[in-house]
Amino acid sequence: MEINENTKIVSAKFEIPNSNTLEVAKAHGAYDAIDKAFEMNSEEIIKIVGDANLRGKGGGGGHAGTKWALMPCTEESESVVVINSDESEPGTFKDRQIISKDPHLLIEGIIIACWTVKAHDAYIYIRGEYKPFIDKLQGAIDEAYEAGILGDNACGKGFRVDITAHRGGGAYVCGEKSALLESLEGKRGHPRLKPKGKEPEWYFGRPTLLSNVETFSTVPFLIKHGSEGYHKLGTEKSPGTLLFQISGHVNKPGVYEMPFGMKMIDFINNIAGGMKNGKKLKAVIPGGVSTAVLTAEEAEQVTLDYEAMWDFNTELGTGGMIVMDEDTCMVKALKNILEFYEEESCGQCTPCRDGSGWADLMIGKMLAGEGKMEDFAKIQEVSDSMNGKTICLFGPSISSGLNSYIGKFRDEFEAYIKQGEQK
Amino acid sequence: MSFKFTDENLEKIEKLKKQYPSPKALSLPLLWMVQYQDGYVSIDAMDEVARITTRSTMEIYGVATFYTMFNLKPIGTYKIQLCKTLSCMLCGEQELLEHLDKKHGIRPNETTEDGLFTLKRTECMGSCGTAPMMAVNDDYHEDLTIEKLDAIIEGLKNGN
Repeated sequence: MEINENTKIVSAKFEIPNSNTLEVAKAHGAYDAIDKAFEMNSEEIIKIVGDANLRGKGGGGGHAGTKWALMPCTEESESVVVINSDESEPGTFKDRQIISKDPHLLIEGIIIACWTVKAHDAYIYIRGEYKPFIDKLQGAIDEAYEAGILGDNACGKGFRVDITAHRGGGAYVCGEKSALLESLEGKRGHPRLKPKGKEPEWYFGRPTLLSNVETFSTVPFLIKHGSEGYHKLGTEKSPGTLLFQISGHVNKPGVYEMPFGMKMIDFINNIAGGMKNGKKLKAVIPGGVSTAVLTAEEAEQVTLDYEAMWDFNTELGTGGMIVMDEDTCMVKALKNILEFYEEESCGQCTPCRDGSGWADLMIGKMLAGEGKMEDFAKIQEVSDSMNGKTICLFGPSISSGLNSYIGKFRDEFEAYIKQGEQK
Repeated sequence: MSFKFTDENLEKIEKLKKQYPSPKALSLPLLWMVQYQDGYVSIDAMDEVARITTRSTMEIYGVATFYTMFNLKPIGTYKIQLCKTLSCMLCGEQELLEHLDKKHGIRPNETTEDGLFTLKRTECMGSCGTAPMMAVNDDYHEDLTIEKLDAIIEGLKNGN
């Protein structure tokens, strides 16, 4: 197979009817990587993942190889593989495509991951709202059991792999890996304190390899084509592809797998069909609402890879772009995001629990024409109190949101205040 | 009034126990089971979940109230979850919300008098590319328009 910019790593079967069934998936190459993977040992597979520079595709963008290398890879350690399919970052809707359109690709990736770290139990944690897609995935898991792909003698390799789909209950914070594990242990989804040094995650005291759905689904490609195959796509530092998502004021919102490094503005105009109703672009959230917003000028310059986003003080996040046209009120947009944060804060750390509410309250006052210029200083104070002072990244995300919206569109906020003063 | 799982569910629970390292992991699967059995999660049911998961009752009350999808009291036959987060807001959620009120008398956090509909405005449900959207019980309805919304509501009223 020739690998070029049109190569689809995880979305190759999306357009094929009934691709969620074993028969169709197998006819199009599902489980082709299994034999080769079982001929390799843990070190060899981890080396491929590391050399490929595979990045976690759930939003963090951390190096998957580093994570895999932390695992003990012994039978005695009773390791566990956990797949993060909590997908709750507003603007993000890619994992649901994989679990409903090509679940066997995910299962194949999980089997390879289990073999690599010598884990026999895998848990797919899926957000509770995704019931229709969970049913599709469960159907695929059941089919895989019947065909002997899963079970005591998975794929006839004498190695047990069991997969359980675990349904969440509606909590954004459970997308945070340690909150997810707390939830999977049957508790409230409170993020855990982070260890000082590097170590694996833990599930009931067992070493745990935890990554996003798309990350695991990329593994079969790596086994088949090696790290060199992956490096043929994307940029030098961000190789490969991502399932980019685009929503808001564009003509063709949706999920499109593209190599990293494409210009954002080209993506909007050429892939997503341009702006709806011929309006002008005002702002783009690059990768879910937790990433700092970009102005139209910035969106014209930036490319879709991790490093380029850092140059603009934002993140690639989940690759879920939200596009806003010239008529969008940025104060209302920020208020909407703050309401989301206030609702979803897990409540464990005071700065985030109270700060999200305070920020929402103050921006709400501005919208109602009751704001004052002095409020900006107070908002900054609240924002600073959340940045870097909480257990997880939820607080800092609110902070970066506040700073980017007010910093880049301050005149709109001031206009509400001035309007109110004239009443 | 005590809560009992049906025999069919008890069988499923025995199977589930084998899938996890500890029964403590079963809080969410069992709370879901309760909700499908009764339509909501009562305190008595939480006590039973605590017993089976070997967690304290307080832990289970904590779990049941932490996750927003569990109904802690009885609701209408159809739970409508209308997404209110940014992409849906940009694509016209507000008009749908107003239309539900004006045309159908369905308002947020209320159950209609006939007991058919309970409306919740929820945060992002992962349908941003097909916004605006709502879920009715477990089913997703995407790319909504006023006409589509009317057809769905009328259909449910007529029992389709």
